[in-house]
Amino acid sequence: MIRHHLNDALLMGYSAGQLPEAFNLIVATHISMCDECRARLESFDAVGGALLETAVTDTGEVAMAEDSLAQVMARIRQAPPEPRKVQRPEPCLFPAPLRKYVGGDAEAGRWRAVGGGVRQAILPTARDASARLLYIPAGMAVPDHGHRGTELTLVLQGAFSDAVDRFGPGDIEIATEDLEHTPVAEPGMDCICLAVTDAPLRFNGMVPRLLQPFLKI
Amino acid sequence: MLQLLDESPIKERQRPPLVPQGPRGAAQAEKVRDVSQAEEAQGEWVSQMLSVAQHGDEAAFAELFAHFAPRIKAFLLKSGAGGPMAEECAQDVMATVWHKARLFDPSRASVATWIFTIARNRRIDALRKARRPEPEDLPWGPEPEPDQADVLSLQQESEKLGEALALLPENQRALIEQAYFGDLSHGEIARITGLPLGTIKSRIRLALEKLRQAMT
Repeated sequence: MIRHHLNDALLMGYSAGQLPEAFNLIVATHISMCDECRARLESFDAVGGALLETAVTDTGEVAMAEDSLAQVMARIRQAPPEPRKVQRPEPCLFPAPLRKYVGGDAEAGRWRAVGGGVRQAILPTARDASARLLYIPAGMAVPDHGHRGTELTLVLQGAFSDAVDRFGPGDIEIATEDLEHTPVAEPGMDCICLAVTDAPLRFNGMVPRLLQPFLKI
Repeated sequence: MLQLLDESPIKERQRPPLVPQGPRGAAQAEKVRDVSQAEEAQGEWVSQMLSVAQHGDEAAFAELFAHFAPRIKAFLLKSGAGGPMAEECAQDVMATVWHKARLFDPSRASVATWIFTIARNRRIDALRKARRPEPEDLPWGPEPEPDQADVLSLQQESEKLGEALALLPENQRALIEQAYFGDLSHGEIARITGLPLGTIKSRIRLALEKLRQAMT
């Protein structure tokens, strides 16, 4: 049962196509796990549809080139027929959009230790925001940190708790600038999260701060 | 679907043709009547989309093209594309509409909404060059066929949403247009509130539940 969802601004930004790549990734991954947010997203898409229906430029209605339809029909006739795809999602830990970035499930991640038994794997995205997987052993904590921007954390396996609440599989925490938190993985199962931020994290301990440039977080 | 009984029948649509209609033969006139009856049963443009999906119907596609291609081009121009790029991308989008027609699910989206998502993705490729991962898709094909009542109510909700957006105060509507057509930062998007999306969301949620049930 997912209790922590995406907010309207993220859903609308994703629907409108205005988010950085790393944010697109976490939104797409959460929606793969959460039909409630999928329905909300598709209702924002319906806003786009309504705007498309009335789309004109400042100078009025737009016309296509004269032979436009003929050109498109010619292209359609040349293209090979699309294979009919039957999608049965395989039972994987990571939803499809995330698997594409990792190259598989958790074992395919390029993990690096960041201290306290916590590991991370940075995912390749455009630089305007960053995405990484976090592996927090059961019962361990991610170093206390605040952020300059927005940090989103999506639980893929296990659960963590912080000052705000408990976050289980599929839950997403939306942490803004003013939240300083210490996520602690629940005992019993190691916790794997996808974390995305639009600004570098700020660690409060001296050592993590010195390491920050090297850890790329 | 008891609540359907309370809903008013679909209004007569006023749709100024963007492209002058040529003379039509008797067979075509017959076809037009069929389409307008189907429209009443299914919502606007749905019958043309299904005809493209199921039969590769080029006449139905030409109708979709005449209506949507200029709107896609306007959307791209407003998003900052130049004329030639907007024309080319609009053509790309319409070709994708043909090729992916089978993925259109009228119990989850209006035709305009579905085409918007294709146009948006094309715009992101062309203008922002950012990658936009998509959620894992739910299976959809000729089977299972969505319930006609579900299709109708979703299409009606889409129409009502359009009407509600048209009634918003001008500045609010301008902000929403800027979010979808232009570049509005995340923080600015957060200022947009109060969109009347509750009912349409519930409809889509229901359609998703039925799809999930059909999968198992």
